[in-house]
Amino acid sequence: MRGFAYMLLASCIAVPALAGTMKTIGKGEGAVNIVAWEGYAQDDWVKPFEVQTGCKVNHKYAGSSDEMVALMRQGGGSQYDLVSASGDATLRLIAGKNVQAINMSLIPAYKDFIPQLQSPDFNTVKGVHYGVSYEWGPNVLMWNTAKLKTAPTSWAVIYDKAHAGQITIPDNAIQIADAALYLSKNEPALGIKDPYELTQPQMDRVEALLKDQKSLLKKYWALASDEIDLFKNGDAMVGAAWPYMTNSLKDAKVPVADTIPSEGATGWADTWMVSAKAAHPNCAYQWINFVTTPKVQAQQALYFGESPANTKGCAEMDKITPGSCAKYHADAPASYFEQIHFWKTPMKACGNGHNDCLDYSAWQQVWQRVKG
Amino acid sequence: MASAAERVLWRRPRLAIAALAALPAAWFLGFYLAALAALFVSSFWSVDQLSGELLPGWSLDNFRTLLTEPTYRIVAQRTLFLSAAVTITDALLAWPFAYYMARAASPRGRAALMAAVMLPLWSSYLARVYAWRLILSHDGALNWALHLVGLPSQSFAYTNWAMWVVFSYLWLPFMILPVYAAMERIPQSLLEASDDLGAGSFMTIRRIVVPMVLPGLVAGSIFTFSLTLGDFITPMLVGGPSSDFIGNVVYTSVGVANNVPFAAAYAVLPLLVMAFYLMIARRTGAFEAL
Repeated sequence: MRGFAYMLLASCIAVPALAGTMKTIGKGEGAVNIVAWEGYAQDDWVKPFEVQTGCKVNHKYAGSSDEMVALMRQGGGSQYDLVSASGDATLRLIAGKNVQAINMSLIPAYKDFIPQLQSPDFNTVKGVHYGVSYEWGPNVLMWNTAKLKTAPTSWAVIYDKAHAGQITIPDNAIQIADAALYLSKNEPALGIKDPYELTQPQMDRVEALLKDQKSLLKKYWALASDEIDLFKNGDAMVGAAWPYMTNSLKDAKVPVADTIPSEGATGWADTWMVSAKAAHPNCAYQWINFVTTPKVQAQQALYFGESPANTKGCAEMDKITPGSCAKYHADAPASYFEQIHFWKTPMKACGNGHNDCLDYSAWQQVWQRVKG
Repeated sequence: MASAAERVLWRRPRLAIAALAALPAAWFLGFYLAALAALFVSSFWSVDQLSGELLPGWSLDNFRTLLTEPTYRIVAQRTLFLSAAVTITDALLAWPFAYYMARAASPRGRAALMAAVMLPLWSSYLARVYAWRLILSHDGALNWALHLVGLPSQSFAYTNWAMWVVFSYLWLPFMILPVYAAMERIPQSLLEASDDLGAGSFMTIRRIVVPMVLPGLVAGSIFTFSLTLGDFITPMLVGGPSSDFIGNVVYTSVGVANNVPFAAAYAVLPLLVMAFYLMIARRTGAFEAL
């Protein structure tokens, strides 16, 4: 009988915690279950976290944003506490009510974040925070400096017949946004305002551009190592890449450089989100606080080849590898950041209040049609 | 003193056979047919776009998309065409190799050749595909060799030609082994009799060797055709911009688009193709040659 009373009491306490945000971070529950990108739960920072908090970390690596969404919904959504969602998954998780609002006053590192990553629209809806930004990176234009002597300043080079058979771009439906971004600047008559909000006529033009581009491509790369091989073996001389590839190729003594062209670039920004039905919310908050400390931010950035959200991560990066902060643009001015259009889920509802944009499943169909 | 159970089984031998067969039959029904049935049933389902949840039902939408959208027809044609091309290539390559191994080589040479055929199968599939990527790439081994002898460089890398070469290499052992087995089974006396009766070597090959090796050839083609048909890694790694196979579309439908029912619907196609292929193969006696 007493046990039953306790259960009643416990459920009364638990209900407001589920409905609202956490008020304080209590004692850890002893474990935390994480869905993350590969390399986001490395022993370098998982072990110290476990020692410090007593929360044992169980991680499941996911290969795609869609897999992450599926895992967070599986079994009613209580199986995993945390997910490191990219901007093209976050809105889906928020719309599906799979994640809970975050009380930012419990995240001390938050005040040191790059201003643009404090309340970005891919994890903050109507002023409510649904996650804490983690790391980010741009999709850059990379080229072989020995073969392309003059540094390109426009994405036009990857649509240029002059480089036919030597171009490579990622095999990912979200790559449509890169073509849309290019067209938004070079064909203003189309009226593309946001590369993730495309109407059918705009998408028709983007699809035509991508189909023309296909005949010039060497390959759609699926893995980072694919693109590295293409440049190393002389099969490609220009392409869309991550800073990680540029750095790996430079380390391998391949003459490459990268830039954010005049049109700007797309990019990714990852967010830690807590499941709406998290069984270990205290450990989840403790994890977020641990991985947003400057030291872990720097370790993560260097391991994966990206940049920390916490501005104090810069000094820590240089402590581990001198010069790495500038290399990954972790100290870049706001103007650098402004040029990046971060991945977000394409939805029917456009930012302009209309409902005539194409959603992500339509994007995937277009991508399959382009590849043929 | 025999137990009661033993006595019953001895008196009813069919019961004993049934008991023995129960385990493999359960395995076959449970793991194999049940999985196929689940695949087939779920191909009629759909996915809720907003929540990503599966919606059971009996909708023909997936099949309608497959039939009306030209992309999927092109992908299916590419897959079938390359599977056929690889099968024919391997059949042509295996023939002289198997003949030499079965009829001309010394026992020692035969063992060495057998080991050489089997050797690639002991290494990782991925390692072999990546090796071909290095051979065919712009600054790779093949172009280096072509330069040495003063020939212009090739640009096979990341094309459907590259896939054809790599697939033909990968599955060649699966063709050589059954063809060799069939070749070895031809009695020497038959060939001598043919000779005695005045047939030339061309006539002997046409009237005796080819008909007797054919079941082995068809058996090998089941492997080369079905292995190519179901592959998605080689197109991903050595294919070019227009190299998607049915398997690649299935893979992205599941892993990227989260649309399992559509993947299931597309996966039904290679199943039907193989069922048809096996039906024809059975008539040639290929199953006895396995």
